[in-house]
Amino acid sequence: MSSKAPNNGAPAGKPKLNIGILKRIISSLFKAYPKLIPVIIFCIIFSAVAAAMPALFTQNVVALIEKWYVSRDWAGAKAEILPKILLLVGMYALAILSSFAFTQVGAYVTQGFLYKMRGAMFEKMQSLPVRYFDRNKHGDIMSRYTNDIDTLRQLVSQAIPTLLQAGIVVVSVLAIMLWFSVWMTLVVVVGVIAIMFVSGKIGGGSAKFFVRQQISLGKTEGFIQEMMNGQKVIKVFNHEEQSKRDFDEVNNALYNDSFKAHAFANSLGPIIFNIGNLLYVSVAVIGGLLLLSGVKNISISGMAFSVSLIVPFLGMTKQFTGNVNQVAQQFNTVVMGMAGAGRVFDLLDEESEPDDGYVTLVDAQIAPDGTITEADHRTGKWAWKHPHRDGTLTYTELKGDVRLNQVDFGYIEGKQVLYDVSVYAEPGQKVAFVGATGAGKTTITNLINRFYDIADGKIRYDGININKIKKSALRRSLGIVLQETNLFTGTVMDNIRYGRLDATDEECIAAAKLAGADGFITRLPHGYSTHLTNNGSNLSQGQRQLIAIARAAVADPPVMILDEATSSIDTRTEAIVQAGMDKLMENRTVFVIAHRLSTVMDSDVIMVLDHGRIIERGSHEDLIAAKGTYYRLYTGSFEE
Amino acid sequence: MKRVFGSLREYKWPSILTLLLMVVEAFIETQIPTITANLVNTIEGFEGLAGTASQEVMNGVIKTGIQLIAMAAVSLICGGLGGYACSKASAGLAKNLRRDIYERVQTFSFENIDKFSSSSLITRLTTDITNVQMAYMMIIRTVVRSPMMMVFSIVMAYRLGGRLSLFFVVIVPVLVLGLAMIGKVVLPAFKRVFKRYDLLNESIEENVRGMRVVKGFARENYEIEKFNKEADGIRKDFTFAERVVALNGPLMQLCMNFNLVFILFVGAKMIVQSGGETIKVGQISAMLTYGMQTLMSLMMFSVIFVMVTISAESVRRISEVLKEESSLVNPENPVCEVADGSVDFSGVSFKYSADAERDSLSDINLHIRSGMTVGIIGGTGSGKSSLVQLIPRLYDVSAGEIKVGGVDVRKYDLEVLRDSVAMVLQKNQVFSGTIAENLRWGNPNASDEEIRQASRLAQADEFISSFPDGYNTYIEQGGANVSGGQKQRLCIARALLKKPKVLILDDSTSAVDTKTDSLIREGFKNYIPETTKIIIAQRVASVKDADMIVVMDDGRVTDFGTHDELLEKSGIYREVYEEQTNGGDFDEQ
Repeated sequence: MSSKAPNNGAPAGKPKLNIGILKRIISSLFKAYPKLIPVIIFCIIFSAVAAAMPALFTQNVVALIEKWYVSRDWAGAKAEILPKILLLVGMYALAILSSFAFTQVGAYVTQGFLYKMRGAMFEKMQSLPVRYFDRNKHGDIMSRYTNDIDTLRQLVSQAIPTLLQAGIVVVSVLAIMLWFSVWMTLVVVVGVIAIMFVSGKIGGGSAKFFVRQQISLGKTEGFIQEMMNGQKVIKVFNHEEQSKRDFDEVNNALYNDSFKAHAFANSLGPIIFNIGNLLYVSVAVIGGLLLLSGVKNISISGMAFSVSLIVPFLGMTKQFTGNVNQVAQQFNTVVMGMAGAGRVFDLLDEESEPDDGYVTLVDAQIAPDGTITEADHRTGKWAWKHPHRDGTLTYTELKGDVRLNQVDFGYIEGKQVLYDVSVYAEPGQKVAFVGATGAGKTTITNLINRFYDIADGKIRYDGININKIKKSALRRSLGIVLQETNLFTGTVMDNIRYGRLDATDEECIAAAKLAGADGFITRLPHGYSTHLTNNGSNLSQGQRQLIAIARAAVADPPVMILDEATSSIDTRTEAIVQAGMDKLMENRTVFVIAHRLSTVMDSDVIMVLDHGRIIERGSHEDLIAAKGTYYRLYTGSFEE
Repeated sequence: MKRVFGSLREYKWPSILTLLLMVVEAFIETQIPTITANLVNTIEGFEGLAGTASQEVMNGVIKTGIQLIAMAAVSLICGGLGGYACSKASAGLAKNLRRDIYERVQTFSFENIDKFSSSSLITRLTTDITNVQMAYMMIIRTVVRSPMMMVFSIVMAYRLGGRLSLFFVVIVPVLVLGLAMIGKVVLPAFKRVFKRYDLLNESIEENVRGMRVVKGFARENYEIEKFNKEADGIRKDFTFAERVVALNGPLMQLCMNFNLVFILFVGAKMIVQSGGETIKVGQISAMLTYGMQTLMSLMMFSVIFVMVTISAESVRRISEVLKEESSLVNPENPVCEVADGSVDFSGVSFKYSADAERDSLSDINLHIRSGMTVGIIGGTGSGKSSLVQLIPRLYDVSAGEIKVGGVDVRKYDLEVLRDSVAMVLQKNQVFSGTIAENLRWGNPNASDEEIRQASRLAQADEFISSFPDGYNTYIEQGGANVSGGQKQRLCIARALLKKPKVLILDDSTSAVDTKTDSLIREGFKNYIPETTKIIIAQRVASVKDADMIVVMDDGRVTDFGTHDELLEKSGIYREVYEEQTNGGDFDEQ
């Protein structure tokens, strides 16, 4: 037990552009849609170029107007202007078509990509070791699916296409500008550098506060969650005023960060826009001066300075700054999107629970002479299918013989919690673990189903080292009922069937009867079809435990682990379900953890644990006779 | 809506300021193109001029330039200030809303809280308010600005281009119609998406929480399949919605391009025919800008329309909480003194909600004298917890009355009543903070010695002192770093610090070993003899020595009396007792 500083678990750190992450996003996109991505890019480029071209046409048309208006000959002018206009219409039509195409395909690709990312995350999550869930807060894992995926969506669907498109427009416009005049292009470039400088400053500040806002939001949510769950305690202690004051503190911090983040972001637009206006004036004035002073123009086209050059140039300046502005507006999205993507990738890069077991579990047919063959249907018997290095296969009947030999274990390196634990459970035996909280009872069962791997020693299951057994096979052979019951959204029937997916309704009801759950289930408004939500919040803790027992019963595994499975069921109800529990444990190897001694006293072996060591073992009678710790606790329990 | 805006308070001014600044900004932004047109026309004057005449033109250029720079400066200030003000207003609104809801919830009774469920209250306090904040920011920036911008643009365009501004008549209805159609299809689609999101998130959360069950049953692939199916549903709905929204872009482009082509062609005709007298090249580029501005403001308006619709649901959910009246209110002339710790139930019935079919408690009559120790025993769902929760008025009776110290609990000032009735709940809760901070919930002014004393009585001093930081040990959220038994003892110590007249323990020593349990009860007897102690327990041993034991079954008191009396007359009690004497309890030592 150490005193720890409050850790908010929120992602801290400075906002930065991590090119590695961007690269990875883009390469994942390509991998997901190798054909469509190039199509999108082509369409974006095409529509961007098409958007930049009108400047050339306007220049042309303006020049034609200049040429014709003195003569007021519209018919003559029309003959020259109309083809240009029609060409323009054609280009626009193509641009609109391509932008239609890329936005439609883009929507499809974005959602498909997110679907794939979500699927990959979920699949990865399912493969992660239990340790990961110890280490990471649930809310933190959740937010990767919600907030982080959402920032990623904005990045992919909005920021990247905008950056690409605006970037291309900027480059094309720049090229056209150079076509017209190098001198005037220089003026624009100087202005754009100023814009970039300012938006870098402001955008950076805004991104910094956006990250802070995320952290504050996390803190506020944490606070609210804690207080909401503890509302009864607050009321009982008249603690409302104090909790309001505490709330104000986190709430004000959130306000501050949120306000600053948005204030920076919102002023960015007007600032860039008006720098654009200043630039516009500068271009006009400098253009005029250049025209006046008769400086020789340098341009790709070789055009000389003229009014019909300056006018479209002014239009291009607007277009140029407009697009630079668009790029700047994406700054926050990019920073937040990359932070979100980083956290998504972190999850994807977590190391999966290693599973190099090769022994699998199969339905078995056992001939009278003891030979075992694999069956393609449920026979009620199972066998371990054990492939050997020489290519042969052997089958071992699954009996439920579990042996732990001198096992050492610690959850964290250097902090051992189990010392030299040896347990021998023969098929059909009931083995109980008793001891104080933290003595290591649950830890032992966590090792048998390999939620964690042992540091030293051996665990054998029907003579096979459990490291050789495929984890899914191992766990399928072990039924487990935990103290903390977790039910899933769905009907009561669905929840029981979770134990064995191909169980019939009758089998599920039989299991519920065995667990003593049938009584209350049939009294629920819709019986077995009652829909459970939010971890079965409409049921009592005891009722949820009964469903969990039924769920394990329907799986009908040869070995069962009952970890405080009846702790929330009062002794009277427990007495009622006892018969069912006894039947459930019949012919099975059972590991029982309970702090109620009445639950464990009929066990074949009782292990008394203390600080990670087995200090006594034997049957109830043996232990009473030995007059050790167990005896003291048993007899002492009614002493005052 | 009104209720939500009621939370604006001091942020009303930044909001109004935003609206005003936006009008000024819109006005200036629509002036700029005309001035620019002048600039362009002035530059055009260069053609064919030379010498001093051109110098004159140049002066004109500089004069218009300065005009334009002044405009830009004002627009910059308005825009920047507006960004600042609207951020302040929207973040402030969010802050006030969070505070108001939080405060409101603090006054709620559990009937109110149960009605909403605490997880939904959390969502309202977080996600919903963030939605409203973003929508509000967007709205105050655009709601006045966009229409103004449109009006100014059209007026300026008419003044500048006359007949040329006719294109508005064509283009505006097209865009309005297009946007309206998109909105009509897309809104229900988005609502579907949001609903599906909720379901998906719920399923993820279940998997995170129930990871051991999933792994224990080797159901990883089953869960992945289930998830992919749901995620694919989202993909389909969301793709549809996004594709419809994506029509906005090309539609906008179509309108703008039409605008450009029309003006360029018709403008050219007008210039050429009039010989550049009625209209000049400069006007054409200004007309183009006005067209763009009009279309843009229409677009923005459609965006806020979508935002309002999307956030309407959040607004509704927020105002639902704000207008919820607490079902527990202080009486008008409250009694402010609890005389003693006697508790009397007469004819009490209770149900959790008015439309529940069955009473959770029916016809309870009990008389507990001050200073008595009372045990309550009964099965899961027999109504033990419901019974004791009525004493500090966590819920109100449906019929009958409960008196504490001879006065109906509904006549007391709530705070006075709850100060005198301490309750240790079944679901123990400690909060993030140090142990001492947690204990001071009982009495904020408790001295270190008082804290120690209460902890000793609750048998907690020993383990607290064994921590390296003792009473300053930091407890993590949910009390993750203390064991169940330790948490229970901390909660008892916390309740003892209140020096209550009535102390209720609702199954609060279940994780404490029997020896410590009896030491705690011993302490109660010796150190707080005047306090009425009501103890709910599953273990007969915990209540055996009580002055009175109440046996409950199915919401009724079936028997009460001492241990010996009950062994004789209560079948249920005897059953429980015999069941438990077959074995003891074994937990922490």
